[in-house]
Amino acid sequence: MSESTVVVGPDRARPGGSTAPARPTRRRRAPLLARLRRDWQLLAMVAPGFVILLVFSYVPILGNVIAFQDYNPYLGDNPWQAFVHSNWIGFGQFQLLFEDPAFWDAFRNTLAITAFQLVFFFPLPILLAIMLHNLLSSRLRGFIQTVVYLPHFFSWVLVITFFVAMLGGAGLLAQTMRDAGLQPWNVMTNPHTFIVLVTVEAVWKDVGWGTIVFLAALSTIDQSLYEAAAADGAGRWRRLWHITLPGLRPVIVLLLILRLGDALSVGFEQFLLQRDAVGRQAAEVLDTFVYHFSIATGNYGYGAAAGLFKAAIGLGLILAANRVAHLLGERGIYSKS
Amino acid sequence: MTTIIRRHPGARPRRPVWDEKPTAVGQGLKAILLALLVLGVLFPLWVILVTSLSSRQAIADAGGLVVVPRGIDTSAYETIFAGGAVTRALWISTIVTVVGTAIALTVTVLAAYGLSRPGTLGHRWLLAYFLIPFLVYPPLVPRYLVVTGLGLKDTIWALVLPPAISVFNLVVVRGFFQGIPQELLDSARIDGASDFRTLGRIVLPLSRAVIAVVGLFYAVGYWNVWFDALLFIDRNDMYPIQRVLQSYLLAGQAPHTSGGTSGVTMPPTESIKMAVVVLTVAPIVAVYPFIQRHFIKGVLIGAVKG
Repeated sequence: MSESTVVVGPDRARPGGSTAPARPTRRRRAPLLARLRRDWQLLAMVAPGFVILLVFSYVPILGNVIAFQDYNPYLGDNPWQAFVHSNWIGFGQFQLLFEDPAFWDAFRNTLAITAFQLVFFFPLPILLAIMLHNLLSSRLRGFIQTVVYLPHFFSWVLVITFFVAMLGGAGLLAQTMRDAGLQPWNVMTNPHTFIVLVTVEAVWKDVGWGTIVFLAALSTIDQSLYEAAAADGAGRWRRLWHITLPGLRPVIVLLLILRLGDALSVGFEQFLLQRDAVGRQAAEVLDTFVYHFSIATGNYGYGAAAGLFKAAIGLGLILAANRVAHLLGERGIYSKS
Repeated sequence: MTTIIRRHPGARPRRPVWDEKPTAVGQGLKAILLALLVLGVLFPLWVILVTSLSSRQAIADAGGLVVVPRGIDTSAYETIFAGGAVTRALWISTIVTVVGTAIALTVTVLAAYGLSRPGTLGHRWLLAYFLIPFLVYPPLVPRYLVVTGLGLKDTIWALVLPPAISVFNLVVVRGFFQGIPQELLDSARIDGASDFRTLGRIVLPLSRAVIAVVGLFYAVGYWNVWFDALLFIDRNDMYPIQRVLQSYLLAGQAPHTSGGTSGVTMPPTESIKMAVVVLTVAPIVAVYPFIQRHFIKGVLIGAVKG
């Protein structure tokens, strides 16, 4: 068990033999060896996941250090040797990065799209969830849910294929407009309306899926609150404002935090797939920038620097957003642990 | 909604007495919005299905995509299944999905159970170790170097192994395991069952719903893999289906078909294209309805715990 050596740390002693989850009051600590003998099977179960995360998450996270290198993939036979033999250059890559107008274009595009989607996408699942929740017929509700959840499971390749088929230059819309004697327009390649297009695509794919958490939260709101409010003369809209929305508040705050923490990610495959059709100027976002300026061109250290910069800001954003949530008296993401 | 209620006597919903009757305008608006939403999802699927089954004549008459079906012509599917890039890609995607889902479910269920008991050796450290990747994503460039450095390039393992544990799925399964009554596990332990035995004989049979949902998440993830294939699969005879779909439909490169290249009676390219789309959608649409009813249960727990 590789991690039996790794996992020595403070924890609670488990009362002998019992599997009761938490009796934190009893702090009696069994000897390490006895606990190891007792828990080795559970530790063995954790091992495969531990190794996969180590190799494919933790090593790459540590591998970010090549952002401080002039990483040359042709030194040595494999990436490890190249890493060992490459020169350390400190913040040189970051300097280049901050002077790169293409980087700032991508940065601006990312923030603009995040802001746009925060206004035009974020509220939609909430509205849809309230509408679905208020449907009286459970069969109709079930049917609509089945249909609107479905696109969430389509790949971005499929979603964009659908949009090209419907709205593209040879798509159904253009076809119909041509038949009607109109000048067809092709929104799939128009950089000026691109921000609207990607938002519509994102809504099409995920608005239904986004309702799940809100539907779950809606079902936990005490029905007697509505009854009491109605008895006091509160109409439909006042009940919505004073009962439903406050009931959803913790979930809304949580999702806002997650969204803000992810402000610099706007959906990678969606943009990579459309970047060439629309053009770099409008469609390059930070994630596609990292790809195009590293793996696509072989300039690994540069891309790693851009990725590290993005990750650092993202982590700062999520910590800050969580902090704000705590100040506002909400639970946030990691209040307990 | 009263009309709808009468049409479905089985549901028998009732508006609470204190609730006022909705206005006709409000109801109408709501009905239109929901109908548009449902149509917005189903209409593209319909058009693509119909076009894939249309004859050359029907497609020429419609000027491209066909909305109203006129007979069924399966020649596009026959051409595809005669062999070639699409058939091979479907096989590769199927293998990746089956192998990947099996591995990912095993890894996730084991880890979730191993992490479901506070008080085990190193529990808090291990839990933090498993949760941190939820906040810090593996960066693209080093991830690429690690996978290629391990020699996984141009093998299915490059697609299978890196996503084999998703922290979100882990949290969902773990939350479900923690909801299992403690007495059950205690009684198993008193009877002398090992942890592996308890997991296999008691916990798993109780967890079919959550395993179905998480299995679907993994399977869909593997079926949909595209970018990892762009990164790690250079040989085009190893392409999974999404990669073929993208290069054929979006980048406009015809897949090299080995069968039926004589080109005497090739079905129209429009219907072949749409048939590739249908074949990419089909497995998802086929499996999804059976598992969808578990979503609320499975995801709700994840949402509460997360």
